[in-house]
Amino acid sequence: MKNFKNGFIKENPVFCLYLGMCSTLALSTNLNNALGMGLCVTIVLIFSNLIISLIRNITPDEIRIPVYIVVIATLVSVVELLVHAYIPALFDALGAFLSLIVVNCIILGRAEAFAKKNPPLASIIDGLGMGLGYTFAIVILSVIREFLSTAWVSFYNPFDMSQLIIRIGMPQLENYTISLFSSSVGAFLTFAVVAALFALINQKAKEGKK
Amino acid sequence: MKLLTLALSAVLINNIVLAKFLGVCPFLGVSKNTKSALGMGLAVVFVIFSSSMLTYALQYLVLIPLHIEYMQLISFILIIAAFVQFVEMFMKKKMPGLYKSLGVYLPLITTNCTVLYVAQENISKGYNFLETVVNSIATPLGFLLVIYLFSCIRERLDYAHTPKAFKGNPIGLVVAGLMALAFAGLVGIV
Repeated sequence: MKNFKNGFIKENPVFCLYLGMCSTLALSTNLNNALGMGLCVTIVLIFSNLIISLIRNITPDEIRIPVYIVVIATLVSVVELLVHAYIPALFDALGAFLSLIVVNCIILGRAEAFAKKNPPLASIIDGLGMGLGYTFAIVILSVIREFLSTAWVSFYNPFDMSQLIIRIGMPQLENYTISLFSSSVGAFLTFAVVAALFALINQKAKEGKK
Repeated sequence: MKLLTLALSAVLINNIVLAKFLGVCPFLGVSKNTKSALGMGLAVVFVIFSSSMLTYALQYLVLIPLHIEYMQLISFILIIAAFVQFVEMFMKKKMPGLYKSLGVYLPLITTNCTVLYVAQENISKGYNFLETVVNSIATPLGFLLVIYLFSCIRERLDYAHTPKAFKGNPIGLVVAGLMALAFAGLVGIV
């Protein structure tokens, strides 16, 4: 349970450890992309942690990194083909970043730091926690950016992009939107402010313990 | 002329770090001083160029004739990882001087998403051989330019009074955001 909770605030892989930033910055333009990417990463992370933990006793130490990379690349190919077949809209939106999950440092990082020395069940839970921590981070960023750039936060049915599921916003702000936040500049600035907030929370928590 | 446009756009307008958000991890991680930033940038130029050539050959000489394009991801990442390992061993043996200055950054490059991205971009955009060469040199040059400029700013940043919560990476990201803004101003040239 402790492993699971760590992923959110104290050891959030994105805001505290600065891992997997590329996809977080690029795909946090709207809620749909963010949730889709978060889900893909979580699935890959759970299964890669499971498999690497299962083969941890038979993997020679010297070639462990190539072995991990093959495991991860296989899983990512599977996810990529599945998404392409069943959720084509998401496949188009994620673009190159879907296959770039292979080099997402969170996944290799957890394999190296956790799955290679822990039993399968604990590794699954760690993967789930870290994956949800990543999803949590990318969703926070996307909500802030989508709201500031359009005054709305909307979520569409991923299987049918014309079907709106939920839409919350402030129509009175529609004339005051900041389109800068949908571009790369806004991504860096939003990330900086949220990361600073996380650093502040963790500092306060540490001082509280003393 | 088309090649020049391609090169300019890869270096300045569609800059790999500031516009496409790739390679942000080494961008933040190895930019504490100008010397290491330059070393990392040069290592990236070398690795991206050579591994793009290898993966380009693999795609058109092996994967397509055998109709196993779905193995692209796995074979590319293996080629890149193996190539980086090989370069590291070769440099350690034959060029110890260069190894000392670049060697520490080499293992980090495998997980640098720019390498895999450029290899895949060359294929997915259907570039011919010449365009592939230009694209695989210009893109990492864009990385080199940005990481060097960023490290220069960062060295000054150490002496500035930043709020405690923003110390380190958050203020670095603010700087990166402002650099992205400056680079966005170059969109008009091509």
